[in-house]
Amino acid sequence: MNELQYSSAELMIINAARLLRDGDVVFVGVGQPNLACNLAKRTHAPNLVMIYEAGVIGAEPARLPLSIGDPTLVSGSLSVVSMYDIFANYLQRGNVDVGFMGGAQIDKNGNINATVIGGYDHPKVRLPGSGGSQEIAAWANRCYIMTPHQKRRFPEKVEFMTSAGFIGGKGDREKAGLRGGGMLAVVTDIGILEPDKTGEMILTALHPGKTVEQARENTGWDLKVNAELRTTEWVTENELRILREELDPTGIYLKGGG
Amino acid sequence: MTKLVPLSEAIAVNVNDGDVLYAAGFTHLIPFAAGHEIIRQRKRELTLARATPDLIYDQMVAAGCARKVIFSYMGNPGVGSLRIVRSAIEQGKLEWEEYSHFGMITRLQAGASGLPFLPMNQIGATDLEKANPNIKRIPDPFGGKDVIVVPALNPDVAIVHVQRADANGNAHLWGIIGEQKEAAFAAKKVILTAEEIVDESVIRSDPNRTMIPGIVVSAVCHVPFACHPSYAQGYYDRDNEFYLAWDKISESAETTKQYVEEWIYGVKDRSEYWEKLGAEKHRRLKVPQQMSEPINYGQY
Repeated sequence: MNELQYSSAELMIINAARLLRDGDVVFVGVGQPNLACNLAKRTHAPNLVMIYEAGVIGAEPARLPLSIGDPTLVSGSLSVVSMYDIFANYLQRGNVDVGFMGGAQIDKNGNINATVIGGYDHPKVRLPGSGGSQEIAAWANRCYIMTPHQKRRFPEKVEFMTSAGFIGGKGDREKAGLRGGGMLAVVTDIGILEPDKTGEMILTALHPGKTVEQARENTGWDLKVNAELRTTEWVTENELRILREELDPTGIYLKGGG
Repeated sequence: MTKLVPLSEAIAVNVNDGDVLYAAGFTHLIPFAAGHEIIRQRKRELTLARATPDLIYDQMVAAGCARKVIFSYMGNPGVGSLRIVRSAIEQGKLEWEEYSHFGMITRLQAGASGLPFLPMNQIGATDLEKANPNIKRIPDPFGGKDVIVVPALNPDVAIVHVQRADANGNAHLWGIIGEQKEAAFAAKKVILTAEEIVDESVIRSDPNRTMIPGIVVSAVCHVPFACHPSYAQGYYDRDNEFYLAWDKISESAETTKQYVEEWIYGVKDRSEYWEKLGAEKHRRLKVPQQMSEPINYGQY
């Protein structure tokens, strides 16, 4: 039995970090994805190359970046390029292994809505919009997302498809000529969803102490459960220490469900 | 020939009601001083284009300068919602036109290169393409998959802030270089504001760092600290506290109006604004030096 106490945000960040491989080139967002990447770099993936949307390659932030264009990303980085170059030469050309996504909704086929709730022309809630996410979703080799497991965030079909997962099902990405592998893992505070052979997101892992019922109750479609359901490894003291003491000492992104 | 003028004159001469304006800078070097001067001069019916409208356009929309926004990510970076632009859109009071970042920047790149449009690969999600008639798909004439095309964006005026420029507008900038170069070449007129005005010899000492040549610049203005609450790499830090504070200020029309009155109409220019911020703020935004290794161009 593990005695460590941790927040939902810490649980998701640590599990997302474990998905990264040494040597991966990762397109990083601020907040939780930034913490996951920096944690991976300080544990099992020291050769991780972090790319930020603002055009920074090989960033080694000395302090916690508070925006995507934080100057701490620039000082000491490997390269800084224009926005056109980051999207054309890095993403479109296929030089990015992993993209971390964000968004208000993710559906059964791993598609993301970050644009609008209600109709587009007369929005009930206007969200920020794509930013770089539609290109990351299309062209990074592997996409991941961290999100609290709540029914409203997991509709069967997104109201507006900002970024493509498997669109209507597997095969649709190939038809559109998308080079990347699509949404390969949704890390929630209950477990992990991964695509099955048809491009449907199914429950493949539970965090210790969580149940299939909790996952199904908080998903907006009839969530399938993988025949071989894993339990994720316990959060370790070392992972929590790095997050709390080195990366986010004031707990800006570590508290709550994220 | 010197193009040095006060910022108030540059705005009065070069920005007209109804213009399409592009205030450049992706989270870095955002030209807030020029935005505030446009508000003070009560310019109206502007189309405000920027990848991220950021606080600069939130304030200009609040002050009644805008008819329309063109954007690709409408948030308060690192904080959350961009309340004023968002609620104006939700209430149907502001026109908008939307792209992804790549779509937006590709429009500028086409404009900067003198092309009518530029292609991008498909991204699979087609809802924005359906919502925006400016995003079209055409066959690849060489037999590949269809490509997505967007039209050139050629703003009437681009405003670009840089770390240093000479009096002709030859400009060095470094740090996050976003879309400044593309905006400058795409626009019909360019207003350049600079932390420092330097002798031409300083520019000539490091020509690879010249992102913007004087030949495309209409006016050069010496405006130190022009970017606050954004930042200038190596000169001063981003004021994250203010980005958080704006989230509260912009919650109500009353507090927004108070801010605009006190900090924009209530000051004459950027230098008065900077003084008003006070010594404690100046101290907190100060950045310790970290110099690059010099390079050798060679004497030929």
